[in-house]
Amino acid sequence: MKFSEKWLRELVDIPADRDALLRRLTMAGLEVEDVELLGESLDGVVVGEIVAAEPHPDADRLQVCTVEAGLDAPLQIVCGAPNARVGLKAPLATVGATLPGGIKIKKAKLRGVESSGMLCSAKELGVDSDASGLMELPADARTGAPFAELLGLPDAAIEIGLTPNRPDCLGMWGLARDVAAQFDSTLKIEPPSAVAIDGEASREVRLDAGADCPRYLGRIVEGIDPSAPTPLWMAERLRRAGLRPISVVVDVTNYVMLETGQPLHAFDNDRLQGAIVVRHARDGEPLTLLDGTEVTLTPEFLLIADEAAPLAVAGIMGGLASSVTDATRNVFLESAHFAPTAISGRARKLGLHTDASHRFERGVDPELPRQALERASALLRELAGGKAGPLLGAERVEDLPVREVVSLRRARLERVLGLRIEDTAVHRMLEALQCEVEDTADGWRARPPSHRFDIEREEDLIEEVIRIHGYEHIPTHAPSGELALQADPEGRLKPLDLGLQLAARGYQEAICMAFVKAELLQDWGLDADTVALANPLSADLAVMRPSLLPGLIEALRRNRARQQSRVRLFELGNVFKAGADAPVETAELALVASGAAHAEQWGQPSRAVDFHDLKGDLESVLALCADPQAWSFDAEALPHWLHPGRGARVLRDGKVAGYIGELHPRLTSALDLDAGVLVGQLHLPILQPRTLPHAQPVSRYPSVRRDLAVELSDTVSWGAVEACVRATLGARLAQLLVFDRYAGKGLGDGRKSLAMGLILQDASRTLTDEDADQCVADALAALERDCMARLRG
Amino acid sequence: MSDIETLVRDALADIERTDALDALQALRVSLLGKSGSITAQLKTLGKLAPEERKAAGAAINQAKVRVGEALDARRDALQEAALAQRLASERIDVTLPGRDGDRAGLHPVTRALERIADIFERLGYQRADGPEIEDDWHNFEALNFPPNHPARTMHDTFYFPDGRLLRTHTSPVQIRTLKDRQPPVRIIAPGKVYRSDSDQTHSPMFHQIEGLLVDETSSFADLKGTLATFVRAFFERDFEMRFRPSFFPFTEPSAELDIRWETDDGSERWMEVLGCGMVHPNVLRNCGIDPERYTGFAFGLGVERFAMLRYGVTDLRAFFENDLRFLRQFA
Repeated sequence: MKFSEKWLRELVDIPADRDALLRRLTMAGLEVEDVELLGESLDGVVVGEIVAAEPHPDADRLQVCTVEAGLDAPLQIVCGAPNARVGLKAPLATVGATLPGGIKIKKAKLRGVESSGMLCSAKELGVDSDASGLMELPADARTGAPFAELLGLPDAAIEIGLTPNRPDCLGMWGLARDVAAQFDSTLKIEPPSAVAIDGEASREVRLDAGADCPRYLGRIVEGIDPSAPTPLWMAERLRRAGLRPISVVVDVTNYVMLETGQPLHAFDNDRLQGAIVVRHARDGEPLTLLDGTEVTLTPEFLLIADEAAPLAVAGIMGGLASSVTDATRNVFLESAHFAPTAISGRARKLGLHTDASHRFERGVDPELPRQALERASALLRELAGGKAGPLLGAERVEDLPVREVVSLRRARLERVLGLRIEDTAVHRMLEALQCEVEDTADGWRARPPSHRFDIEREEDLIEEVIRIHGYEHIPTHAPSGELALQADPEGRLKPLDLGLQLAARGYQEAICMAFVKAELLQDWGLDADTVALANPLSADLAVMRPSLLPGLIEALRRNRARQQSRVRLFELGNVFKAGADAPVETAELALVASGAAHAEQWGQPSRAVDFHDLKGDLESVLALCADPQAWSFDAEALPHWLHPGRGARVLRDGKVAGYIGELHPRLTSALDLDAGVLVGQLHLPILQPRTLPHAQPVSRYPSVRRDLAVELSDTVSWGAVEACVRATLGARLAQLLVFDRYAGKGLGDGRKSLAMGLILQDASRTLTDEDADQCVADALAALERDCMARLRG
Repeated sequence: MSDIETLVRDALADIERTDALDALQALRVSLLGKSGSITAQLKTLGKLAPEERKAAGAAINQAKVRVGEALDARRDALQEAALAQRLASERIDVTLPGRDGDRAGLHPVTRALERIADIFERLGYQRADGPEIEDDWHNFEALNFPPNHPARTMHDTFYFPDGRLLRTHTSPVQIRTLKDRQPPVRIIAPGKVYRSDSDQTHSPMFHQIEGLLVDETSSFADLKGTLATFVRAFFERDFEMRFRPSFFPFTEPSAELDIRWETDDGSERWMEVLGCGMVHPNVLRNCGIDPERYTGFAFGLGVERFAMLRYGVTDLRAFFENDLRFLRQFA
């Protein structure tokens, strides 16, 4: 809601300067969003009248005007505006004036012709954005009069952001009422009196929409002059409210809407046939709206129709066929009450948002239609003549909204606010808000005024009282209460614990959009069972991600494109899959790595990151959750996006926890990436449970190390070798490590050698050399038997 | 000059000339060893008269001590010199960079989010969580948004074909928590939220933190106290603050908290940082909680806004571009 400050001050006494007013508005919940200062420096700008105009001798577009400005002699002004003409009154900036843009007016020669001032456009004066030509002033403006005075300047156009609960402030009257309550000051609104009836034109109105339209008033004004000018004061108020003056009939309806808050509509009475009927639209009923949009309606829309055709979508927008035009002489003015539930959401469905729908869907005072109609009739007659017909319309009194009495308990007020307010002050504030107030033993009973749709229960009154009293008066207090200790379970890792570990390993946390492009998922083979939005912002953001990896790889790709050759990223977030009844949402951890294994450094050779680098990074995370024995890696049932020979399934005690490995070369080429991108995707719920340590006694006896190198088929994994040795040696094997793997020359195709270190220890005694040798022999025998291995010579 | 004195003088000269540790050891043996020249002097004692023996013995012993001390001193000096030489030869360039020094860390939104949640956890709030795909009831209806209500238009909502939606705020966690347990309740619920709006100052996905306290005593004064404490703790600064009346369907009275923020050009302006209010009785009732017995307050804040103010980020979109050059600044 945007409005002229001067106008507001005419409607209510405001014992405060502009800054204090703005502060108070904001602190009363009517947040000031913008203030536009108007006509701040218009000294020296007067009403000028062009009494003669000659073409400039040396410039086609310029005219040399003789301008009367109430001075001893007329002034010679060179002017390039297309609408400069004899008889026009326009603002004249005289020599010495400084315009709002900082332009100083001096005597000047324009193409050799002297000019003693400047005729101005509205834009040059900072009163409107119109720069198309000179601002045209009314013919009756007094020549030489200060321009600022004529326009009611200086002024400020104040814009407030209104919350949906305060439609009452969408009109100057309502705003003035609230300001009066804020300052406890006097309202100066005079309710309009009934217009004198001197016409007879009449039209029946029928209400066929139940409670959706309980009141519909109208009046026919016949014989108006459609070309009558809109007076400057009205045009200015409209402009300062952000509306453009259009024609006298439209301007009057807009002006009355701004003033009272009641949206009005004007029909061309000659285009109406028979009675006005308010009814719900029939399914598929078409209508062309004022702005040319063709809409097809359904019964949820309320319609204003006549006996022949639909005329307007009630409370939203009028139809083109019945609208007033430059030739309209007989006007049917509509001023009705529509129930908010009958309007809300409907404009949006038509892709519209109008001043009328904005107000009706929030709620307009049901008592306003009569007052607004009288006001509009009077203004129209005053400005454009015509004869006012009798008041028309129909009402369903039983369906009109009623404001119920609401109780406010003193004790509740104090409890909710943590503040005690004097009884008399509460009473006075409620009255200032135009409630009918009655004191009771434990508080008050208040009947809200008809314009306050939002006051229905005790909390609403509490809010009103403190809003007027001032939130700043509520004390600032630390809550008291039971100190209930809620320790985090030690047996459950927080996702962030895992993230911090990865960050310590050089992985940067990323946050990607949770929606991705459908085609991208096709590349990944992840396009089955996805969850797609019904109303995505764009095709790129259309499907909820079924995995964090596609987004993370996009981030990797963009970073590589920005010359980041070594990239390590991780993300923690939810992924989505279609489920039987509802989408399934699970938390995941994903990591990606590409580029050199180590940041480039002077003292070590560079090599590309590989599977085992990523595995090491992941293992450092897995170690937070459970002992190494709980984790295993195999190559079963790998997802399509992994390289089949360089990917692994991660299992925790046999349960699938995720996958790691190199991206499938087919995918990297589809995504236009270099090969050698390593990824990991882990299911967070499997990772989070954390095994509590249970301490084992540490052996007091020394350990012995024996190394063993075996040669075996390349198809036997280290995992199998490890399992075999561990099963054979049992508790005596304190640690098993593999320190060399060799394949190639000297071994033959498909063969490899593995060199391992066996750390042997006994809990009860020192192992002898014979014990250790026996262990090695046992291990070798088992490997020969189970893994087809032989001792490497 | 007696023999012994000559011997000592020669020995000291030899010691002084020796510049290698092994040569010095050989010299020690040749002087003080079993058959060393000074040790040999002791054998001459027997030839002396008994009354001379004592003095001569003392002189020999003294000579042994003097030579021994000289040998030790020379050894120490040579060792010292050898160490100094070794240290000099082992010198490295300490200004060369260390290995594996890539900077990495948490995302600035996570960093701010954790800081906020941590402050409230210290105040006894417990973390709570809820799904990002919600139904209309949890996201709107239970929070006192009637169908078609204009307040819903403040939330540009992403829908799924089945009528479900992406939560537009973290407030549904209030409902899920209150349906689950009876007061007293103090929770903090961080998470992703979604609105179908995208421009310089709006991201279709962003992060919120919801706070909720419900008990038998809390009031608006407690709400003010809690949030003022929090804002000061987060920014580690004191601000001028104001609680300004506002409207949310699920709280009443409702407020927005503005802080007086000094911008880069040195001017000050009010900056809205969060929305809050007393939990609406309808919300409590929708969760089966008696609003006569219990009152409470709730607040919701945008994590990106706090991260931007705290870390001087000026473009919201930078948070989701995942540019390492941007992200590493927060590592």
